[in-house]
Amino acid sequence: MHIVVCVKQVPDTKIIKINPKTNTLDRRSAPAILNPYDAHAVQEAVRLKSILGRGKISVLSMGPPQATEVIKKCIEIGADEGYLISDRAFAGADTLATSYALSKALEKIASVDPIDLVICGKHAIDGDTGQVGPGIARRLDIPPVTNVIEVSEVNSNDRTIVIKRKLSNGYELVQANMPCLLTVEKEINKIEYSPLSNMLKAARYKSHIWSVSDLGEVNITQLGLKGSPTVVGKMFTPPKLEGGKMLDGTSDEQVSQLMEVLLEQKELLNVK
Amino acid sequence: MEEYQGVWVFIEQSEGEIAGVSLELLGAGRQLADKLEVPLAGVLLGEKVRELSTQVIGHGADIVYLIDDPVLKYYRTESYMKCVNNLALKYRPEIFLYGATPNGKDLASAVATDLSTGLTADTTMLDVDVEKRLLEASRPAFGGNIMATILCKKNRPQMATVRPKVMKALPFDGVRIGEVVEEMIELSEEDMRTKVLEIVKNVTKAASLADAHVIVCGGKGMGDLEGFELIHELADTIGASVGGTRDVIEAGWLPHELQIGQTGETVTPKIYFAIGLSGAIQHVVGMKNSELIIAINKDPNAPIFEAATYGIVGDAFEVVPKLIEQFKQIRVKQGGEVSYV
Repeated sequence: MHIVVCVKQVPDTKIIKINPKTNTLDRRSAPAILNPYDAHAVQEAVRLKSILGRGKISVLSMGPPQATEVIKKCIEIGADEGYLISDRAFAGADTLATSYALSKALEKIASVDPIDLVICGKHAIDGDTGQVGPGIARRLDIPPVTNVIEVSEVNSNDRTIVIKRKLSNGYELVQANMPCLLTVEKEINKIEYSPLSNMLKAARYKSHIWSVSDLGEVNITQLGLKGSPTVVGKMFTPPKLEGGKMLDGTSDEQVSQLMEVLLEQKELLNVK
Repeated sequence: MEEYQGVWVFIEQSEGEIAGVSLELLGAGRQLADKLEVPLAGVLLGEKVRELSTQVIGHGADIVYLIDDPVLKYYRTESYMKCVNNLALKYRPEIFLYGATPNGKDLASAVATDLSTGLTADTTMLDVDVEKRLLEASRPAFGGNIMATILCKKNRPQMATVRPKVMKALPFDGVRIGEVVEEMIELSEEDMRTKVLEIVKNVTKAASLADAHVIVCGGKGMGDLEGFELIHELADTIGASVGGTRDVIEAGWLPHELQIGQTGETVTPKIYFAIGLSGAIQHVVGMKNSELIIAINKDPNAPIFEAATYGIVGDAFEVVPKLIEQFKQIRVKQGGEVSYV
């Protein structure tokens, strides 16, 4: 079984700052990390490989040359091979152009070693869109199953997989033919501590780095900024909400004012 | 591009029940359609869903595009996508909106790829530039500290997924008149590569959070897991549900399904307590439509006070125990329980 996990290097949005004058990201303010959802995607591949007792895990990323750092992180979690597509032609890609570029790289990987399963994180924390995974599935013409919270069964013989998929108000059990593409939620697993051997391998690991010309037949008008139908019109801080009444005084006074407010809400409050 | 006209809304339904967000989008879509002076249409797919057309029209649509087929009984990306693609290629809408639910996002992502068009995710504000006929879809960006307006200038339809509970549905109008256009689809079960084996409803805590009338939400200002206990204690005392900010979930103080905000749940309870949280944009978009918002925070400049109905500048560890005590005293005096309905 060949599992390919698509991963992204992202700025840690918990720390990142925005320049209030220009409304742009101060990228230097945040360290670059492996997108947390993608870490769970790699971990799930490692879990499936260990259950099946065999298989190979490749990871694929698109980004600047320093994105090889997150591939190393994936090797540490347990991936076997790592591929980075890196080229100025990919720059400025929105989700449509990103899924195109990644699908071309996946086709190249599959031409050497056919892919049974593609796993992506639910979304990347810098974009929060969740659109690239299903987009890749469409381009490879394999079924996507998004928002996966559990891989319940993998049947290598009849090449099917049974998945628990999160819904707005519950979950569903879905059976999909392989190859297929999953996007995973964080609750799918816990990131395990890596064995020392993985860390040593990761430290020395050299990723395969491909440029556009390595990808075979590619329509360059579908790449990067040129291939991206969406553009950012403007950035703004949202219109300020009016704000309400501040309850002043000592904490006792504040609480008693608040109690007055809460007890005023007769239709909400039910004192039996 | 002039041949693309009209505003469409994907009507998400499950077992004959239309998702709330789809009705909200008919409300939002009606405004866009009126500004552009074009019809508003709902796309309704499923098995035995014909009678739902009345609801779609009653909530603001002029046209319902309907495909009613057993293969569409459950949502599956491939069957639904094929239907939507065919309809969009045939009738050419200029704007197409979907609820930002698991199924809505899944479908929109697949359709955008096949139609080679732009898709904006998790929109919280919608408008149109009438002159340029451009959809202005705005959403929190970069971890939610700022808003970005996304445009799709050259490709059609312009598509967006929209967060539940941020737009307003129109009241049902039983006398509104609309047209139902029924289409067929050639799809057989044998062609399908996925099968839905079972649907289990209302098992996650998120469902109860979405339905809760009173929510107590804590932020990282609670310090640690032990400090966060105070949130649970207040919630227990007043019979509320507990939620947390992204920081709280990432710290592991609460499970993922209790996250409130852009990447978690959007909630609109009658009373919302925001305690020890600053009010980052990505959090505020998930709770600002609550009816009564009470914010407690040490920092007088915390943006949460702008969203609040009532604000208390103070230490949660001093204020909240006193609040709990007050409720307990009422209970003793009344000899009964205090609970919210």
